[in-house]
Amino acid sequence: MLAHYGYKDGSGDYFIVIDTDKCDGCGECVTACPYGVLEVGEDENDPFREEPVAKVTEDHRKKIKYSCAPCKPTSGKKPLPCVQACSPDAISHSW
Amino acid sequence: MEKEYWRWPESRWTSSDIDWKTGDIISAGVDVGSVSSQAVVLVDGELFCYSNYRTGSDSPESAQKVMDKALEETDLTLEKIHHTVGTGYGRVNVPFANRAITEIACHARGANFMYGPSVRTILDMGGQDCKAIHCDEKGKVTNFLMNDKCAAGTGRGMEVFADLLSIPIEEMGKLSFKVEKEPEPVSSTCVIFAKSEAVGLLRKGWPKEKVLAAYSSAMAHRVVELLERIKVEKDFAVTGGIAKNEGVVKRIESELKIEALEPQHDTQIAGALGAALFAKALVEKERGLR
Amino acid sequence: MTVVGIDCGAKNVKALILEEDKILAKSSVLSGFDQKAAAQEALDLVLKDASLKKEDLAHITATGTGKEEVGFSLGTITEVGANAKAINSLFPSVRTVIDVGAEEGRAIKINDKGKVIDFAINEKCAAGAGTFTETMARALEIKLEEMGSLSLKSQKAVPMNAQCAVFAESEVVSLIHAKHAKEDIVRAVHDAIADRIASMVRKIGIEKDVALVGGVARNIGFVDSLKRDLNLDLLIPDDPEFSCALGAAFAAAEKAKGG
Ligand code: SF4
Ligand code: SF4
Repeated sequence: MLAHYGYKDGSGDYFIVIDTDKCDGCGECVTACPYGVLEVGEDENDPFREEPVAKVTEDHRKKIKYSCAPCKPTSGKKPLPCVQACSPDAISHSW
Repeated sequence: MEKEYWRWPESRWTSSDIDWKTGDIISAGVDVGSVSSQAVVLVDGELFCYSNYRTGSDSPESAQKVMDKALEETDLTLEKIHHTVGTGYGRVNVPFANRAITEIACHARGANFMYGPSVRTILDMGGQDCKAIHCDEKGKVTNFLMNDKCAAGTGRGMEVFADLLSIPIEEMGKLSFKVEKEPEPVSSTCVIFAKSEAVGLLRKGWPKEKVLAAYSSAMAHRVVELLERIKVEKDFAVTGGIAKNEGVVKRIESELKIEALEPQHDTQIAGALGAALFAKALVEKERGLR
Repeated sequence: MTVVGIDCGAKNVKALILEEDKILAKSSVLSGFDQKAAAQEALDLVLKDASLKKEDLAHITATGTGKEEVGFSLGTITEVGANAKAINSLFPSVRTVIDVGAEEGRAIKINDKGKVIDFAINEKCAAGAGTFTETMARALEIKLEEMGSLSLKSQKAVPMNAQCAVFAESEVVSLIHAKHAKEDIVRAVHDAIADRIASMVRKIGIEKDVALVGGVARNIGFVDSLKRDLNLDLLIPDDPEFSCALGAAFAAAEKAKGG
């Protein structure tokens, strides 16, 4: 499943997309994220999945544009820590 | 006192040909939304009764009330229900629920039951959020997004306009078609900015219907953008409160060039229905049937 | 040489007459639903104030969201460019300019010559600019001007979760019903908007000194919240809402000199 966490508002689209079929719940992204945006836990959207999965914490879902801002400077873009840490390539960002 | 424009008719229904006493598994789902709550009871996976009620300020109380309402004209009691799943924004506040499952999972499951296994794309526009879900033939979610940060594209956005134009919410759909020619959509997405844009248009002498048409198509466009992010595939179903606003739904259909399926029941029960189906599956799992 | 800079903002149109380095007159007119008419009115007002006629002006430069609406201007400049010019002249030590207007927030990085190095904008969402505070003032039934001092009286922070101006309105109403003190709610409103502005500023990298301009800089409650969030002091000009108009006037003067 492609889980889109985040939102679209008047200013643009801000989604972190987690491919739950690729995610193996290793938690590397959680460790890599300096701002506590990600967590690993029960898949709330698939009640029959037994393995844990990565997701965006409830706290950050409505403000990821701001939460992730320090990782996305206007100039001198670097690879995102969460994306880089994920070996199965399960994380992508829409902006 | 704020006037209430965002109020859909409440409803309840009981099947005329199911006797719950002969049932093996009686399961229930309760969807506590921000504006309205629904309860659905299934007997062996068949729709037995449901109700749709306004949510009060207290979630546990609303859950209890909507359940009482559903059981009201039947002789079934809460204790006889084997398993109950709570869903929706207040899902963890359903006192008699055995488990909570997200509205995303429940909506997909409910729509699969309501509209049949051919449903792939589901749009649920609620009072304070907008969900776009893509699912497989079993009703399992394959792609989803939920927008509950921004009021644009939610019932709340419509409510702001109902209030501004003093039009009851049930009449908005019809009135929005009372224009000779479809006007340009309102250009701001943001509800706050769209509202000041609308005030400007009214001042310019635009009739209410035209302003409403301009906002309805802006809203439809925004929802289409959300849907496109998760991929739109036939069959397409619309659930939730706004499903009842044809002004928005028809415009979404014409922009997507796909017609939404006709519902047989109150579309607002999709979440609760899915929850009741999960409740049934959980009982089966417990009994070692799955 | 006399020139005019005019800033056609979402909420107000501001005009300013500059003679060499001296400001002769300033005016501010509500934009209403006709920015063009408001711009004309703002120009008429400054001219009257300075006892000048339009013919006396060497140049007029417009800026702001409605800069293209100004029928009588001879040139335009972006808000980012205008702010950079104005602040470089007022505070040469400034490297970061934060501009918070009614509908937009901007963060601009400039060098010692006032050249724009980088910038970020919050726009098209009312939650990221001054309109947010205004909407909340309405929900709280207090005047916008009272928000600042009220917020400074706050003893404790109340959390605010809504990230949308529309949903925040309802949240504020329920906070009032829950008997939270108005000053604490106002503080929460300022903290929320300051947090969004601060994260925008961080996107360009903060370099000292930092200046704050735009109409919202008049709100001492917001200023306090922003200082706390960024953990640094902010330089604020006397008339922060005229920063863009001043920059436009500088641009007009350069044009008139044949620059
Ligand atoms: S972009 Fe940065 S802040 Fe955002 S989730 Fe990834 S690591 Fe965390
Ligand atoms: S764009 Fe407007 S409606 Fe959407 S989140 Fe921002 S303030 Fe709210």
